[in-house]
Amino acid sequence: MIYFENVSKRYSGGESGALENVTFQVEPKEFVSIVGHSGAGKTTLLKMLIAEDKPSEGRVFFESLDIHQIPKGKLPMFRRKIGTVFQDFKLLPHMTAFENVAFAMEANGRSDIEIEENVPQALELVDLGEKTWNFPGELSGGEKQRVAIARAIVNQPDIIIADEPTGNLDPIATYEVVQILKKINDLGTTVIMTTHNKGVIDELGRRVITMDEGRVVRDDKEGKYVL
Amino acid sequence: MWTDFKRIARSGFVGFWRNAFVSLSAIFVMTVTLFVVVGTMLVDQLLGASLANIKDKVDINVYFVPTAEQTDIEALQNSLEALPGVAEVKFTSRDAALIEFRERHQNDELTLQALDELGENPLGASLAVRANETSQYASINQFLLEQQEQEDPQNPIIDRVNFSRNEAAIEKLSSIIGAVERTGLITMLVLVVAAVVITFNTIRLAIYTTREEISVMRLVGASNMFIRGPFMVQGVMYGVIAGVIAILILYPLLVWLGPATATFFQFNIFSYFVSNFAYIFMVVIGTGVALGLISSILAVSRYLRV
Repeated sequence: MIYFENVSKRYSGGESGALENVTFQVEPKEFVSIVGHSGAGKTTLLKMLIAEDKPSEGRVFFESLDIHQIPKGKLPMFRRKIGTVFQDFKLLPHMTAFENVAFAMEANGRSDIEIEENVPQALELVDLGEKTWNFPGELSGGEKQRVAIARAIVNQPDIIIADEPTGNLDPIATYEVVQILKKINDLGTTVIMTTHNKGVIDELGRRVITMDEGRVVRDDKEGKYVL
Repeated sequence: MWTDFKRIARSGFVGFWRNAFVSLSAIFVMTVTLFVVVGTMLVDQLLGASLANIKDKVDINVYFVPTAEQTDIEALQNSLEALPGVAEVKFTSRDAALIEFRERHQNDELTLQALDELGENPLGASLAVRANETSQYASINQFLLEQQEQEDPQNPIIDRVNFSRNEAAIEKLSSIIGAVERTGLITMLVLVVAAVVITFNTIRLAIYTTREEISVMRLVGASNMFIRGPFMVQGVMYGVIAGVIAILILYPLLVWLGPATATFFQFNIFSYFVSNFAYIFMVVIGTGVALGLISSILAVSRYLRV
């Protein structure tokens, strides 16, 4: 489904996050965790997937589509196939949980009727049915991240990309968020997650790609957190 | 499509209110610009009307001696009417001239007494010649002078030819109109640039304050139009609001100026404004919308990489 083909990225300023000849592929319905120290290039990989960053060499494919050959005008259509979740949630503070999720549907040009139907379902899926009308400021970190996940899945994307989704959360919230990501994966959506959290990886027992200094150093089918 | 439009318009409105104070500066400078645009337009009309008015007053009068034969006068009238460029030749008979004279001097007892003393009508008939263009008077005048020269010196019929030269006034007014147009145009250009720059920066600030929202929009795959649209809506709103304010300020000003222009220029600027309201309104709002849209498109394409 996703293919990284000899992808290298060099930054002129020598910043961290560079990649060196990265090759791997992700199958549909897989749950892949990418682990590594800060600056190992995990986030750079994810940015390439959503066409936020370009490789210096190599190619990234989504199915048969070379992501970095997509014309600018068609990028939004492509990004709709991917749901994104970030460490800092990226929720809009002046909108309620419902509105934050609905916003993603509005931006995709979905009808009001669809929004009325799908947003409560998405919030229900992340166990936030009770907090539909709360603002982000009134929610805990875990709850905020769950709103962000609801927003990511509401347009029924093919893949969910989660960049350190548990980075700002306490252990209980971390557990809840990972359970939800697992549930989404079980429902058939591919999940690619970067993390630092050893407990999360060990508990998941899914595929783990380990990166170090821009290279893939391990790729285990049912991996553990080894660094 | 309609849903998208509604959403873009709504978020444009929200952005407008969220940056209300900054929006005000854009509206202010745009109001001044539109005011100058419509002001130049109206002053141009006013001067144009008075120029037409003065041009209308230019004519050539041919005065005949009292003894001139009616047939000779008619012959001259016919040849004048056959001249190219002559719009109208008006005949005033001796009697009509006398009545006119008496009316003009009805408060001048001395003159009327002198007239009565004469016992007979001392006035001759006359022809008033009007040309299509002011430039054609010179050739008509030349024709009449030639006619006068060809007459039998013992028995002339033309007493004198009076060419009321308003050329100097016409030229002066034309140059005033030209100067007003140029000054108006330069002022307008300067203000248009100022309006575009300020609106540009206002939109830029609006983009800056909503950068978080924009990044989220991009992440969820919002189309370029969905991201850029609201800022263009804001630009258009500045233009429309500024246009309405400019007209609201102009209205009482013209109510006040109307009678004064009517006496001074024989052209009531207020009635012109009222009878051409739809046109003026469209020009002002259209200019405002164009200014707002251009500045916001510039800002969006410069600062909103999507």
